[in-house]
Amino acid sequence: MINADDMFRAFEPHREDAVVIVTGTAGKHWADHTTKQNRDLNMGGAMGHTTSAALGLALGLPDEKVVLFDSEGSLLMNLGIIATISGQAPKNFLHLLMDNECYATTGGQPVPNAQDINYAGMAKEAGYTAAYSFDNIEDFATNIGNIMQETGPVFVAMKIVPEVENEPIGQRTRRPTRSRAETIRTLREELGIS
Amino acid sequence: MVNQQAALLKPETLIDEFKKIGVTHIVTIPDSETNYLYELMQEQDWLSVVPASREGETFAIALGLSVGGKVPVCLIQNTGMMESGDSIRGMALDAGFPLLMVVGYRGWNRHGVITDTAAQYTEPFLNAMGVNYYLVETDEDAERISIAYEEAKKNKRPVAILVGDEYHGFNRV
Repeated sequence: MINADDMFRAFEPHREDAVVIVTGTAGKHWADHTTKQNRDLNMGGAMGHTTSAALGLALGLPDEKVVLFDSEGSLLMNLGIIATISGQAPKNFLHLLMDNECYATTGGQPVPNAQDINYAGMAKEAGYTAAYSFDNIEDFATNIGNIMQETGPVFVAMKIVPEVENEPIGQRTRRPTRSRAETIRTLREELGIS
Repeated sequence: MVNQQAALLKPETLIDEFKKIGVTHIVTIPDSETNYLYELMQEQDWLSVVPASREGETFAIALGLSVGGKVPVCLIQNTGMMESGDSIRGMALDAGFPLLMVVGYRGWNRHGVITDTAAQYTEPFLNAMGVNYYLVETDEDAERISIAYEEAKKNKRPVAILVGDEYHGFNRV
């Protein structure tokens, strides 16, 4: 399995000017590695629809690379989106899946068929141009540079070490995060969108 | 018969309204009742049609398009709208962007008793979500589409058009 912090560290040198969206428990580590906050976007969440919002962004910004770090619990809530993405075939879209095999924010209960499901296989058969699976940081770090240069939509499934949270929500330590409205405003300013 | 035909809502009228507003993308789930409209939309070179797999996707895709400076419309049926409740909350109402929802009002009828629960729950659903709506039945109502979009822009909220002629004017007759 891959430590999410290590994964983001390996990704960041290859980011260039991509717009980056992160979800899930593991996504919090991106804040420790990003150097272009104006191109980081918080799209919020609604039962798995961050993926859909990222697709919309890729369609709305065809000249920008859009990279989504998704989570498997989220994707499973709206699995049909992989067909929608394949149908639209955005060349500028990279879809990475952080698969920790559980609902980490609710105590670590396993997602359905957690260990045997093949997300990259489903994405490839749905129509993504390419799909990869990684379960160790070395292989991910070796390949992510080339994957970033591929024509999308490309899918990357990664086995991620779960960081299970068991404290009641009100007692959890919260990192300061930028609101959705703030990240949208700064991205639109960065891109000159009125 | 002539009067009955004149009272229809023609798909071409919706296309004209979309163009007037400046719509760039229609995010939609096609259904059998709106096939002719779907074909017409595909023929417009100024309009991109984005078929979704489930109605809840349409609101989130529309949000992403809006962030990118586009003008999307969600075109769905009332049944799918109700399935989309949390997406409307999280991706439309909370996001603070103008959005026009064009919703086929399945089961609605001006005459007699409405027996289809899809129609019975449609307006209570929109009221519960705090989404204002306009009923469009015929071509004469079409300006309500522009009115609704202006309201959406002013308030940075979704506004719905309920298409009350879903079983007639949207289809090739």
